[in-house]
Amino acid sequence: MKMLLTLRINGEERDVFAAPHKTLLEVLREDLNLTGTKHGCELGECGTCTVLADGLPVLSCLALPVECQGREIKTVEGMARGGELHPLQRAFVELGAAQCGYCTPGILLTAEALLGDNPTPTRDAVKRALAGNLCRCTGYSKILDAVELAALRMRRDGSLPQLLGEVQPKASRADIKVDYE
Amino acid sequence: MKKDAFSIIGQSLPKIDAWAKVVGETRFADDLVMSRMAHGKLLRSPHPHALIKRIDTTRARALPGVYAVITGRDLPRVKFGILPVSQDEEALCVEKVRMVGDAVAAVAAIDEETAERATELIDVEYEPLRPLMSIEDSLAHPEVRIHEYGDRPNVHKAVALQFGDVEAAFAAADLVREDVFFFEGNTHLPMEQHAAVAQWGADGKLTLWSSTQTPHYVHRLLAKILDVPQAHIRVVAAPVGGGFGGKLDPFAHEIAACKLSQLTGRPVKITLTREEVFYVHRGRHPVLMWIKTGFRKDGAITGMHFRSWLDGGAYGSYGVASTFYTGALQTVTYKIPVYKFEGARVFTNKPPCGPKRGHGTPQPRFAMECQIDKAAEHLGLDPADMRRRNLAEPFVKTANHLTVTTIGLGECIDRVVEASGWRQKRGHLGPGRGIGIACSSYLTGAGTAIYWNDMPHSGVVVRADRSGLVAVLCGATDIGQGSDSILAYLVAEVLGIEPKEIRVHPADTDLTPVDLGSYSSRVTLMAGNAAIQAAERLREKIFEAVARKLEVAPDRLVAADRRVFVDGDAERGVDFAQGVVLAESMFGVLAFPGSYAPPKRAGKYKGGGVGPSPCYSYSACVAEVEVDRDTGQVTPTEIWIAHDVGRALNPVLVEGQVEGSVYMGLGEVLMEEQVFRKGVHKIPSLLEYKSPTTLETPEIHTILVEGADPEGPFGAKEAGQGPLLPVIPAVANAVYDAVGVRIDETPITPEKVTKAMEGKRHGKPGRVGPERLPVFTFPEPRVVESAFGQPADRITERPFSS
Repeated sequence: MKMLLTLRINGEERDVFAAPHKTLLEVLREDLNLTGTKHGCELGECGTCTVLADGLPVLSCLALPVECQGREIKTVEGMARGGELHPLQRAFVELGAAQCGYCTPGILLTAEALLGDNPTPTRDAVKRALAGNLCRCTGYSKILDAVELAALRMRRDGSLPQLLGEVQPKASRADIKVDYE
Repeated sequence: MKKDAFSIIGQSLPKIDAWAKVVGETRFADDLVMSRMAHGKLLRSPHPHALIKRIDTTRARALPGVYAVITGRDLPRVKFGILPVSQDEEALCVEKVRMVGDAVAAVAAIDEETAERATELIDVEYEPLRPLMSIEDSLAHPEVRIHEYGDRPNVHKAVALQFGDVEAAFAAADLVREDVFFFEGNTHLPMEQHAAVAQWGADGKLTLWSSTQTPHYVHRLLAKILDVPQAHIRVVAAPVGGGFGGKLDPFAHEIAACKLSQLTGRPVKITLTREEVFYVHRGRHPVLMWIKTGFRKDGAITGMHFRSWLDGGAYGSYGVASTFYTGALQTVTYKIPVYKFEGARVFTNKPPCGPKRGHGTPQPRFAMECQIDKAAEHLGLDPADMRRRNLAEPFVKTANHLTVTTIGLGECIDRVVEASGWRQKRGHLGPGRGIGIACSSYLTGAGTAIYWNDMPHSGVVVRADRSGLVAVLCGATDIGQGSDSILAYLVAEVLGIEPKEIRVHPADTDLTPVDLGSYSSRVTLMAGNAAIQAAERLREKIFEAVARKLEVAPDRLVAADRRVFVDGDAERGVDFAQGVVLAESMFGVLAFPGSYAPPKRAGKYKGGGVGPSPCYSYSACVAEVEVDRDTGQVTPTEIWIAHDVGRALNPVLVEGQVEGSVYMGLGEVLMEEQVFRKGVHKIPSLLEYKSPTTLETPEIHTILVEGADPEGPFGAKEAGQGPLLPVIPAVANAVYDAVGVRIDETPITPEKVTKAMEGKRHGKPGRVGPERLPVFTFPEPRVVESAFGQPADRITERPFSS
């Protein structure tokens, strides 16, 4: 038994004819081909499938589309404006915050919700906001750094500094002792 | 512009695939959709050990929307396994299941839901057998055999190697310690569940897209499993959403998808559920260890004898290699003149263990580094100083015939001791707070292939054409570590262009030269060296053509800033793209191969193939912890880690690998465990399997130590696995410093800490750890002379190097 659903996703009205028990995650991926939203655990534990509904993070593996009608859904595909990356996306690129990249969409959207709510979060606040998003690659350090950098740039009201110029890797590097060749 | 100055190497550049990943463009295997695609599901055994008496698929076949149902009888009756010595797996079990989660049938249907309903309509009659769920169980019941092969009933492999006279070494020691440790099993937990799409075309040719770390091995084995010539099979590696060793074997879902595609004439996709990923496993072996070491008063090691018992689970997988790895790398960090190793891997009715980040070496490293801490206390030495004084020597051989090249461990120790304030903090942090240190070393690529052959371990083709675009073709798989980006940086460096002008294509067995796979930290070194060779061959031709035009000698040219010009006279030259045009005009199509195989240095004894590597990375870690004296909860507050990476080709990526390793090590030492009750996995979900979130991950201070190694591409050594190893014993040693109890088994849970503290209060030894060892007689050791201190073999002797 299928039903017609009207969802507003990334600023567009989309009609979907889907079984009412399908999750928002399934409808996004399978019916709308928005595969940027990933699945990690199927029971609301890992945060991988996070999308925004009216600006708030929602676990799409636990949400039913029928409940999301009339709400503004945002997926990772809706973060960049045209060809211009969201400051969070740009910071993730520059600081190596995405390794395998599988948890990245959910983390980006959770961070976007945080910065919408609190433009000047402490590192602790960033940690708390992202505590529901598992990442197995990075150890989180680069992710936290990237969210902080994006917050800083967003506070500067859109005047984005040049790529990489202001960011130095934290590692201290010993002089290279053996000459190659 | 000097020839030895780098323009790309050493820069913290973004990864070449970073943009696609942050906008959701990256197509992982489960994101692939094809027209007419069917969805597959596997039916898995609910029994840990049972005979299959009957499988009836009639009801499933009758379900509307079902395209095909298969059992093992629809596949060629051939067993397979990743290692030639352990051919013991079936994609779909025919006569017997050996663990909960063994696949017995598969369905293809119009959608996933229908496929799942169909699996529930398959009737399987089982005759349960006694499940053997532990090493002790399996050894105590030789009459119940999990497999018919193995060195003894239920013993997959038993090995014994001896390098010199350890008994004499113990007699010469001032202190001889015997300690027993247990390392609990745990799993990789990549965020992406495994997925595969198979399309068996009408022309009889098969294509498989899969989230695999080893497309080449999958390609090779599919031919055997499906009884189809390898030349008719194409394997394309999808971007991998986290591997850590969990996507290194050929899996039932890949094979079933292929067969179902052949039968239905449709592409078939199978994506595992999270629960299935726990059954597929191949993760960290639970290992019980006994270690006996002789020490002199100054902390020098006179000799070591190490025994390990591995709980292998239901199948061989990489287990023979894992067994040897539990004994291979003890010798490369400190001077150990004589060494003896005995190891046994035992089958149990649990998901098979295999390689997880550090493959077989974190367990013995935990045992060894905790024992050294105990010895230091006994001898009244500072644990950091004791390690520092007894470092292995560079460019010599170890007792077990491994050739070590550069060693940056001394500097690593100095740097973490300094940065952490070790000398001020140790013993002075106050109640419930402690600090601990440990060191380690790891391979930069396995020195031998899984199957013996004389071919390259890694191949790269670099091609360029008049558009100015450079394409890099290589069969390696980027699993998030950034290996594709590394290839782009290396080629860009050699050609004097930007990574953006280079495309690195995904592994595709039709198009890319063979690379053995993303395991053993081998890609940067092996594919990297091959890429440099290929790019240099291209550059040579470009220089030749440009030199003729400029009427100078080719050796006066340099490539930099997207130009080819006369060294010292940047005005005299051409754009890179124009240089390519000149070369294409002169030589025709420009496509150049690079090949790499490691130097042949395997010890001349059976088992000598596990452990050799072109070079070894080194790490030192200091962990600071707080221990709640009431609850036993251990909180790591700060981690300092220094890693000898040879040369950081991209510091941000190296830091990312180090930090990710630290994170995974913290999970293993404090919370992660793959455990079973009554034959059933206790926690096959992310709700119960605990892994660290942002809140459990402390600040990590990463220090990169560089000293270019002659074996690595521009001197680089590995970074993705080694830094995991010292974290675990460093935390265990810090817990001792904090509350004076030894937790000699992982994970260090609150229960264990409170139990040890309680015991200590009642006058018992403040320790929790294994109390007994299995009754087991190892085979007579293969006695080989210790190679300790012998000079390294000549480094230049490498196949395909010219």
